[in-house]
Amino acid sequence: MKNIRFVLVVFCLMSQPMSLPAQARDAPLAAADPAIEARMLRIAGELRCLVCQNQTLADSHSGLAEDLREEVRAMLRRGESDEQVQRFMTDRYGDFVLYRPPVKATTWLLWFGPGVLMVGGLGALVTVLRRRARLPDADFEPDDEQALEASKPT
Amino acid sequence: MIPELGQFALLLALAVGVIQGFVPLIGAAKGRADWMWVARPAAQTTFVFVATAFLCLASCFVSNDFSVLYVASNSNSALPLPYRFAGVWGGHEGSLLLWLMMLSVWTLAVAQMSSHLPQALVSRILAVMGLISVGFLLFMLTTSNPFERLSPVPPDGNDLNPLLQDPGMVMHPPMLYMGYVGFSVAFSFAVAALLSGTLDATWARWTRPWTTAAWTFLTIGIMLGSVWAYYVLGWGGWWFWDPVENASFMPWLAGTALIHSLAVTEKRGAFKSWTVLLAIVAFSLSLLGTFLVRSGVLSSVHAFATDPKRGLFILIFLAVVIGGSLALYAWRAPKVGLGARFSLMSRESMLLGNNVMFVVAMLSVLLGTLYPLVLDALGLGKISVGAPYFEAVFVPLMAPVVFLMGVGPLASWKSALAPDLARRLRWAAGVSVVAALVTGWVAGRISLGVASILTDLWERLRPTATQPGLIGRVRQLPRSMAGMMLAHLGVAAFAFGVSMVKTYEVERDVSMRPGDTTELSGYLFTFRGVRDIQGPNYDGVQGLVEVTRGGQPEAVLRPEKRVYRVQRNPMTEAAIDPGPTRDLYVSLGEPVDAGAWIVRVYFKPFVDWIWGGCLLMALGGAVALSDRRYRLKRRETQTSTTAAGVLT
Repeated sequence: MKNIRFVLVVFCLMSQPMSLPAQARDAPLAAADPAIEARMLRIAGELRCLVCQNQTLADSHSGLAEDLREEVRAMLRRGESDEQVQRFMTDRYGDFVLYRPPVKATTWLLWFGPGVLMVGGLGALVTVLRRRARLPDADFEPDDEQALEASKPT
Repeated sequence: MIPELGQFALLLALAVGVIQGFVPLIGAAKGRADWMWVARPAAQTTFVFVATAFLCLASCFVSNDFSVLYVASNSNSALPLPYRFAGVWGGHEGSLLLWLMMLSVWTLAVAQMSSHLPQALVSRILAVMGLISVGFLLFMLTTSNPFERLSPVPPDGNDLNPLLQDPGMVMHPPMLYMGYVGFSVAFSFAVAALLSGTLDATWARWTRPWTTAAWTFLTIGIMLGSVWAYYVLGWGGWWFWDPVENASFMPWLAGTALIHSLAVTEKRGAFKSWTVLLAIVAFSLSLLGTFLVRSGVLSSVHAFATDPKRGLFILIFLAVVIGGSLALYAWRAPKVGLGARFSLMSRESMLLGNNVMFVVAMLSVLLGTLYPLVLDALGLGKISVGAPYFEAVFVPLMAPVVFLMGVGPLASWKSALAPDLARRLRWAAGVSVVAALVTGWVAGRISLGVASILTDLWERLRPTATQPGLIGRVRQLPRSMAGMMLAHLGVAAFAFGVSMVKTYEVERDVSMRPGDTTELSGYLFTFRGVRDIQGPNYDGVQGLVEVTRGGQPEAVLRPEKRVYRVQRNPMTEAAIDPGPTRDLYVSLGEPVDAGAWIVRVYFKPFVDWIWGGCLLMALGGAVALSDRRYRLKRRETQTSTTAAGVLT
């Protein structure tokens, strides 16, 4: 998925570079430092805005979210890592702030449940189908030939 | 006067509902035709009373009757007429009334269109639906009465939440509820069949069109909600894994599994008990979704404790409906036969594999939605489960489903011989491998699906000796088959749209003064400034952004920021230039200084394919519904019953 090269090539062909009108100014980016901003948004996209109804810190317009985003920017400017920012947030607000819950004893079921369900479900299906296959013909109902015929391509 | 009339209509509906719920059920158990006969007229009468109550509430909204508490808290005299009407379902009480209204519509539809079914079965079905409506009526009348009066009467209403003042509000909830509640039909068919002990392939044939219809409505309802979120939230997201969304998505997943297992049960008589269980589960999830959204536990488990009356009622109702039907299932289902034989490698097995995956996906969404609530209720800590979790868990579960969608339809019923399947799949597999090598795994799976549908279509439509004309061949294609192909193409289009947007979306936040430009993916956006605007019940500013491409004008976009006069919260109205290959999406941020604004510009490739795919799925459902099989059966049995009536 990362490299749908063909489509990318088509896009590049479609979008020829163009010359700007002389008097127009190329609008500056809203963020002072685009690299920091992108990192901040990526981190904030997985954090919960604590005063909103289920919104990420990146999407929220609330005052608290604005302040926290500024706080994250400042930390990133000081050269702190993504993990340090995350730790700062969980120290302050607990695991509740993380939209990706940490893997620990109380969340094992949450994280491994779906995998266990899938293995269990497919296992159960195979078991049932194999048990069915061993049953004598007399246990089954006859085929509905009409229904089978109708679905066949001629 | 009108609110009292509505209230009275609800009470009458309750009384008739009780008759509809019990008399035919007892009649069916005792074999008394006169008691069973009651079901149909009772269902029609319930519909009339519920519709009267609904129209009464709508009339209170339209005529700005602020003496009604619910109207005063959800409307305002300056609110435009369509939104005053949609205000009926803008809050808790009215949503329940809409739920009930939809249930009555489905019940009436079953009552009118079931003349070909045995009388005992119809009476049981209508009775079960009557009992469900009794539950909801009791809930409304005891805890959530929409007609409650307010004294003193306020001069004006508190207005509808500005987020809801949108065309989406007019269409999305009715469609969604129509789908949600529609699963009550399959549920009632299942309970009726379990009660009577006649669970066979005919049961599946009768249930199938109702399930498909409900699923079609639900698909459209969810799609409309997604489109709405896309343009109203101001940054172009289309799915948030919000618990409220999950509440509607879980019945959809269960319903999709049900559609596929109904196919196995109808064609092969197999896995009847599993299909019945899915029918029970799909409706139980609709009820659970209603509980999650309506009890307030989602905002906080403690909201439940502050207003325990409502939550407790729904909880008991859930326990009775889900527990009761599952108990009935455990008692009756083991006596059901095995159906016809099929081998391990067959279309039946693949459809069941699809079922397992959809149910696991549904349970995963359920797990992620309920987990934080349960953890909090047990005092084990507060956590949030959001998009990163669901993307990590759900997306990998869907990958094998898309793969099965490519292989399954080409496998024959009963027994698919590997060489035969390989021969039919060779072209699709070739295309898929090339696509996977060139562009990646996702494209490989998607193109497998598309190519195998085309193969199937070619095998069915290529000229033969008996029927050389293409039009004749197309006519011969069963509608249910065409519907399936359309729906599967929809899935492929959906998956394609999602992958493209995820991978190639470009966004930029710029600070623009009038005359400033910014270039994004070959499109030049020129900001021409903002002007003040006045709406019927809001003030705001409207920006003007001209878009050109290669010097040619492409679009003029007018994003808005509105402040609604009553509730005073700011709203963002994004401006979108939609297109088959891309959306250009512009939203206004905050003003910075001297006429400059923060402007968010997005290039979203193929994003409309997401909803186009959903529409194709729904269209597939509609086409399958028009299959002659369902109509013919009805006409045949109708004529045979009238003939029998003449004879006796």
